[in-house]
Amino acid sequence: MWTYILRRALYSIPILLGVNLITFLLFFMVNTPDDMARIQLGTKHITQSDVHSWKEEKGYNKPLFLNTNQSGAAILTDTIFYQKSIPLFQLDFGHSDSGRNINKDINERMWPSLALAIPSFIIALITNIVFAMWMVMLMGTKLERFTLILSVALMSISGLFYIIIGQKIVAGLWHWFPVSGYQSGMESWRFVLLPVLIGVVAGLGAGVRWYRSIFLEEINKPYVNTARAKGLSEQQVLFKHVLRNAMIPILTGVVVVIPSLFMGSLIMESFFSIPGLGSYTIDAINAQDFAIVRAMVFLGSVLYIVGLLLTDISYTWVDPRVKFK
Amino acid sequence: MTFIWLWTDFLLWLLFALSIYAVIKIRQNDLLLQKWKIIFSQPLALSAFIVFSFYILIGLTDSLHFRFNNDTITYSVLDRVLLPALEADERTYSTPLNYEQFSKEYLDSGLRGRAHLNLVSAQISTPGENYSQIFSLSIQALIYSIFSIFLLVFFSKKILSINPNTKTNRVAFVTLFGVIFFCIWAILMMPNYHILGTDKAGIDVFYKAIKSVRTGMIFGLLTTILALPPAIVLGLMAGYFKGKTDDVIQYIYTTISAIPGILLIAALVLILQVYMDEHASDYASSLERSDLKLLLLCVILALTSWTGLCRLIRAETLKLSELEFVQAAKVFGVSNIKILFNHLMPNVMHLVLISIVLDFSGLVLIEAVLSYVGVGVDATTMSWGNMINAARLEISTDPVVWWPLASSFIFMFILVLSANLFADRVRQVFDPKGDTDA
Repeated sequence: MWTYILRRALYSIPILLGVNLITFLLFFMVNTPDDMARIQLGTKHITQSDVHSWKEEKGYNKPLFLNTNQSGAAILTDTIFYQKSIPLFQLDFGHSDSGRNINKDINERMWPSLALAIPSFIIALITNIVFAMWMVMLMGTKLERFTLILSVALMSISGLFYIIIGQKIVAGLWHWFPVSGYQSGMESWRFVLLPVLIGVVAGLGAGVRWYRSIFLEEINKPYVNTARAKGLSEQQVLFKHVLRNAMIPILTGVVVVIPSLFMGSLIMESFFSIPGLGSYTIDAINAQDFAIVRAMVFLGSVLYIVGLLLTDISYTWVDPRVKFK
Repeated sequence: MTFIWLWTDFLLWLLFALSIYAVIKIRQNDLLLQKWKIIFSQPLALSAFIVFSFYILIGLTDSLHFRFNNDTITYSVLDRVLLPALEADERTYSTPLNYEQFSKEYLDSGLRGRAHLNLVSAQISTPGENYSQIFSLSIQALIYSIFSIFLLVFFSKKILSINPNTKTNRVAFVTLFGVIFFCIWAILMMPNYHILGTDKAGIDVFYKAIKSVRTGMIFGLLTTILALPPAIVLGLMAGYFKGKTDDVIQYIYTTISAIPGILLIAALVLILQVYMDEHASDYASSLERSDLKLLLLCVILALTSWTGLCRLIRAETLKLSELEFVQAAKVFGVSNIKILFNHLMPNVMHLVLISIVLDFSGLVLIEAVLSYVGVGVDATTMSWGNMINAARLEISTDPVVWWPLASSFIFMFILVLSANLFADRVRQVFDPKGDTDA
C-alpha cells in the first residue's frame, strides 16, 4: 500500500509542474512585471526608473526563463521562473506585492476558514444524505414528486439570494446572531452559525439530488431485494445496506474536497467579513496583488491533488475488494 | 440606418441558425425524433421549454443592433420596444407601479406634489386613481391576451392539426397564455408606468432586468458551446487512440482541473482587465469594448469548464471503440478521422447534449457570483450580477429598497428554473442510466 501511495504521490509532481507553468505563463508572460509595477505604483506620473526600482525591490528584474548574462546552471536559476517557482514547491510563498509575508498570513487566516468550512461540510453532508434517504423512501408517492421539484427550485435560486436574504431576515430581525465579523476562540461559534446555516440551505437542492441519484442506482441491485425478502424494515435496508454500498460513489465526490476546505469560501467569508483565506483571496483580487493570487492558485492545486490521493486511499478503507495495482 | 454587428450578436445568431439546422436534422431521424417527442410529452418540460424560448426570443431581439444615420447612439430592436422606459428621465427611486418618487425626504415631509414621476400621467394624484388605471390597463391586457390565445388555439387546431385537449397541450397553451399576457401587459404598462420601479439614478428597473436577459443568455450559451470543440475532439482522441495520446490529454485536463476554478477564472479576468485597460484606445466605442469583454469572459469560462465533459467522452469512447462496429470500420480501412467523426461522435452526442443543458443554468448563476467577486462582466454591461451587486447594500437601508434586488433575482430564477426543469427531462430521456421516474 505504501508503494502505491508513493507512486501516486510521484505522479502528482508533473501535474504540479504543469500548474506552476500555467500560472507562471499567465502571471508573467501575458502580464509583464512592468504592468504589475504600474498597477502597484498607481497609474499616474510613473517614470521608467520608478518601475525599475520596484521590480528590483520585488525581485522581478531578471529575465523570465533564460538568463544569458550568467554562466553554468545560473543561466536557468537566475531567472524569475526559477526564483519564483521553486520555493512554491517547498510551500514558501514569499512576500506579496504589497510587502506582506504570505506564509504568515496563511497561517493566521487558515483557522477562521476552517472554523467555517468544517462545520458547513459536516452538517451539509449529514443533512443531504438524510434528506436524500427520505426521498428514496418516499419513492412513487406524490410527496416525492413535490420534493423533487422543490429541490430543483432550491438549486435554481442564486446563492447570493440565500446569503442576502438570510442575513437580512435572521440577523436583522431577530438579533440572535451578529450580522458579520469574527472573533477567535470560544466565541467564534456565534459568528459562524449563520453562515454555516445559510451554506447548508444553499447547497441543499443540488446536494440532495446528487445523493438521491447515487442511492437510486444502488436500490435496484439484487442484494436490496434479498435484504427486503429477509424481512428487514425499509429503514434497515436503506441505512445499513444501501448506504454502505453507496459509500464508494459518495467518497469519490466527497473526499476530494476535504483538503480544499482550507481555502475557505470566497463568497461566504467576504459577505460575513470572516478573516479567512477566502476573503484574503478576494481582497488580493481586488487589490490586483498577483503574488497572493498566484500563491493561492498553487495552494489550491496542491490541496486538490492531495484530495485525489486521499480518495484513492479511502477506497481501500470502505471496499476491501479494491486492490492496488 | 446602419446595422451594427457585435461579436456576441453574430455568435448568438449563428447559434440560433445552427439550432434550426439541428431541428431539421432531428426531424429526418426517426429515432431522435421519437426521443424528443418523449421529452416534450412531459407537461412540465414543455412549459419550461416555452418559458426558456421566450427568454431566447428576448435575447435575440436584443442582439440586433443598429444606429440611425446622423445619430451616435446604438439601439437594439429591444431598446426600441422599451423606449418609453429608457427615455423617462426620473431623478431617484420609485416603487413598482407608483406614480410618485420614493425617497425619505419626500415621504417624511409630505411634499407629495413635487415628487410626481415624469413617466406617469400628471392627472393621477391619488393612490385610488393610480389603482384604477392599473386595473383598467390590466383588464385590457387580459382581454387582448385571451383573444390572441383563442386565435392561437384555433389556428394550431386548423392548420397544424394540434389537439388542444390533451393534458400536455393544455399545459402548453396555459404557459403560452401566461407569456402572451406578460408581453401585452408589459407593452401596455410601459408607456404609463415604471413596472418594477426605478433605481437610485432613476433608471427603470424593468428595463435593466430585461436587458440583462441577453447577457445571461450569452454567458450560458456561448460558454457551453465554446467548451464543446476541445472537449469533444480531445475526448474522442484520448478514448480512441489510447496510449501516448491518452496520457498527454489526460495530463492536460487533470492539470487544468487541479487549479481551483474560480481562482483560475479570477486570475484570467484580472489579466484581461489589465490588458484591456492598456489598450483602451483600440475599441471604437464602449459598447464594443464591453461586448468584447463579455465574449472573452465566455472564452475564459469555457477554457476552465471543458475538462468535465472531456473526461466523460473519453470514458465512453474507450468503451465504444471496443465494440464491433468500430472494429469493422477499422478492418474495412476507414480512416481514423472518419471513424472518429462519423462512427464515434454520433454515439457520444447524448453526453454532449446533457452537458449543454446541465451546464447552462450553473453558468447563469455563476455570472452573478463573478460580478460580486469583481471579475464579472464590464460595469457598463447590464447583467443580473451587476444589478445584485449594485443593490446589495440597499436592502439594509431604511426604508428598504427591495425592488431592484427582487427583480434581478426573480428574472434569474425563472430562467434558471426553466432551464433546470428542461435539463432534467433531457437527461432522463437521453441518459441510459438516468432514473425513469418523475
